[in-house]
Amino acid sequence: MKPATQLLAGALALALLTGTATSDNRLTDRQRALHALNRLAFGPRPGDVDAVMKDGVDTWIEQQLHPEAIPDRAVEARIANLPTMKLSNAQIVKTYYEPVLMARKKAKAEGKDGDVDKQDVRRELMRDIPFDKRPQNVINELLAQRILRAAESDRQLNEVMVDFWMNHFNVYSGKGIDRFLLTSYERDVIRPHIWGRFEDLLMATAKSPAMLFYLDNARSMAAAENRPQYGRFGRAAMMPPRLQQGGLNENYAREIMELHTLGVDAGYTQKDVTELARVLTGWTITRERDGGEGAAFVFRPMLHDAAAKTVLGVRFAPGGGMEEGEKMIRLLAHQPATAHRIAYKLCQRFVADEPPPALVDRVAKKFLATDGDLRQTVKAVIDSPEFWNPASYRAKVKSPFEYAISAVRAVNAQITDPAPIARALQQIGEPLYGAQPPTGYSDKADVWINTGALMSRLNFALALASNKLPGVHGDIVSLIPASQAADAEHSVEALAQALTGGNLTEETRSTIKSRIVERKAPSEDPWDNTQLPTVAGLILGSPEFQRQ
Amino acid sequence: MLNRRIFLKSSGLALVGGSLLPNVFVKMANAATTKGSKTLVAIFQRGAVDGLNMIVPYGEQAYYAARPTIAVPRPGATGGAIDLDGFFGLHPSLASLTPYFKNHSAAFVHAVGSPDSTRSHFDAQDFMESGTPGVKSTEDGFLARAVGLKKEAPVSPLRAVALSPAMPRILSGGAGAVAMTNISQFGIRGNANVSGGFESMYAEAVAGTLGGTARESFEAARILKSADPQKIQPENGAIYPNQPLGNSLRQIAQLIKANVGLEVAFADVSGWDTHAGEGGAQGQLANNLRNFSEAIAAFTRDLGSRMGDVVLVTMSEFGRTVRENGNRGTDHGHANVMLILGGGVKGGKVYGKWPGLSSQQLYENRDLAITTDFRDVFAELLTKQLAVPSLKSVFPGYDAAPSKWKGILG
Repeated sequence: MKPATQLLAGALALALLTGTATSDNRLTDRQRALHALNRLAFGPRPGDVDAVMKDGVDTWIEQQLHPEAIPDRAVEARIANLPTMKLSNAQIVKTYYEPVLMARKKAKAEGKDGDVDKQDVRRELMRDIPFDKRPQNVINELLAQRILRAAESDRQLNEVMVDFWMNHFNVYSGKGIDRFLLTSYERDVIRPHIWGRFEDLLMATAKSPAMLFYLDNARSMAAAENRPQYGRFGRAAMMPPRLQQGGLNENYAREIMELHTLGVDAGYTQKDVTELARVLTGWTITRERDGGEGAAFVFRPMLHDAAAKTVLGVRFAPGGGMEEGEKMIRLLAHQPATAHRIAYKLCQRFVADEPPPALVDRVAKKFLATDGDLRQTVKAVIDSPEFWNPASYRAKVKSPFEYAISAVRAVNAQITDPAPIARALQQIGEPLYGAQPPTGYSDKADVWINTGALMSRLNFALALASNKLPGVHGDIVSLIPASQAADAEHSVEALAQALTGGNLTEETRSTIKSRIVERKAPSEDPWDNTQLPTVAGLILGSPEFQRQ
Repeated sequence: MLNRRIFLKSSGLALVGGSLLPNVFVKMANAATTKGSKTLVAIFQRGAVDGLNMIVPYGEQAYYAARPTIAVPRPGATGGAIDLDGFFGLHPSLASLTPYFKNHSAAFVHAVGSPDSTRSHFDAQDFMESGTPGVKSTEDGFLARAVGLKKEAPVSPLRAVALSPAMPRILSGGAGAVAMTNISQFGIRGNANVSGGFESMYAEAVAGTLGGTARESFEAARILKSADPQKIQPENGAIYPNQPLGNSLRQIAQLIKANVGLEVAFADVSGWDTHAGEGGAQGQLANNLRNFSEAIAAFTRDLGSRMGDVVLVTMSEFGRTVRENGNRGTDHGHANVMLILGGGVKGGKVYGKWPGLSSQQLYENRDLAITTDFRDVFAELLTKQLAVPSLKSVFPGYDAAPSKWKGILG
């Protein structure tokens, strides 16, 4: 990062870090509860801080570390109403993609696609497909479940970790058929493995059609002369044209080392990338026309590089198969560089944009000592003194997803339609499943704070608080206890308490007072609370609420 | 609302009533009055446009041999290319750009591109926008790095604008670029008390620092509100196509005319991935090219003499295969073409060494070879148009030496 960027981000972070100093060197119990709910959940709903304090923060954390023991029936019942959530890749492709292909074929037969604007043709094609079979249902329902779970699930830390790992193993919905493969990817590849061993999570992503397609390994194949059946033909030119085509694609081999495991400076070479790509040839996706179920992982020996290979000093003799790739993936999962990279990212997510090196080292050691046990590794971060240090308290700027969901939770909004939240995330700069680069989204604040995005955050706060997001309904007035509702000052104070745990700065308080409360003509007394949604919008948009 | 230009001429202060407007705004207004502010407008054709059908090498028999159904005929034939220099011709749908080529304000660079061999849209766009072909770990975009290097104060919060719903890769990073789709909707959707309330909250929060995003946002919004660029009508009879690119360029022209300190504007336009039914002189690509060229022609006409301070450049992630495929389309290729149009352009010329289209001249026996790195083109534009002081960090690891520049800008 350039110094100028750092300076700007630093300035903002400093600016946002107001009114948080505690007199002694420990967080109060209330601050601890709020901190846990901000970092390990998507922010508190009304009453959450008290509830966590009642049972004790440590008890709540222990529960959150074992999400499988939290029933969560209400939100799961809602998710069960989304038809695509139960479908396999093949079923989704069949139901939602094939009608498009058929319609395209039909349009082609009618000679439509040659001389008409492509978008017009697309629109026309869609008209022939029943609404409930249109392809956008797949991504819309995927977005819906993610937003509903983040906002309403009792397994809050689980949803935070899903966000973390979906981002670490990013797959972009805008790349080709990946929009049909992400449902299974999140449900079958990421969610079942985030509390297990890193090796299993890594292996599951390596064998997922979504990742194989996203990072092009599905189309990577050995050079013709390195394929097992080469001997039958004698030389490449004698092979059938279909078999001559294609070759190595290094995309995934590079990213699995650079992004998923070792990190870019771990010392591997371009040769290692190429050799690992050769090791991973033949790891691809089934096609329905080959018989059996489509869009599933398959190892195709015919496409595998059967010659000798050496990756990171590991030698493979000629004639190997899928076990070569499995061996390398297991090896990558257990490297100290991998442990360090995962530890760094977790500490950056939970503790600070620039996490303390000593903490990262300790967490990396825990990762290695526990065979990459992700529950224990996450617990090592949460149990650290650095996590609970007052310097960490409200020191991170929320990502757009964290910001939007925490605002929805703060006003206890009932979500009947998550789509406006998904659209808002797009405007604030973090469309879910919409990160094009394999790096995913950044966990650092400066990336999120661009001018247009901040404006969008404030407008989202205003729209949410005044119930202008269709399908997202909060009741601001109900957040204020009856005993406080009679006059403006107590109402505003109670609202600030409810939405931020009382963390408003004096500047924000006086701004709200002078701009909103006191602008009413004296004749309009007594206080009639119609200004409360505006007050709530200002609080949710305030610098204090941008932080966690 | 006062007209922004009148406001600028009449020394500001008296008209800026109230305590809400900080000094920076006044400084900004002064900056906008100092003339000579130049703008670079970059357009990304996402999806890989078929450059060989944009700027047609009609002098090559190999072009016609490779494209039996989608070639653009030679000049003079029905639907033929518009001759540029006796070898290259414009696609007939680009006719509205011909006058600018003839009057030497428009030039093309052919066989230009990103040297990485990827044929993935996604990677190639990423490489082109990050300005680091082959390197994926680059966090920011090269236009953002270039703008960030310009230090002269005061810096306009609207110096880098993307007409786009999300910040494009090319402008992401620390340059404080603003992304918006509609300049009339950028701002707080609330009354003056609400927007003023947010502003004072954030003003307090950033007091005593070099400034921050919040202040930039509010300044950008206020400048937009004050300059009211959306009220500026197209001039000189310019008619923008009511298409995404036309809408983007119309708003960029408004920002330029409103003197808001715009240095870099970015817009993208998609629909170029013509794997099937591409068409030749007519058809899918022809329709897209018509919208494309009419939007650019309208922009140029609209700006009139202001175009002397503006350079517009187009890019696309890679070119398309020389041979048409089995679906009367083209697949992903390598080198492509760029358009450069505007003040100071030494136009009327197709720049770049032409590598040829015979089999042994093709890249990997299928694509137009790259003879010019796109970074050499941008290096020249950034240096000459925007006075970017150094290119080292704009294109890390690449020597974009002046000796490699084409001399497109005078």
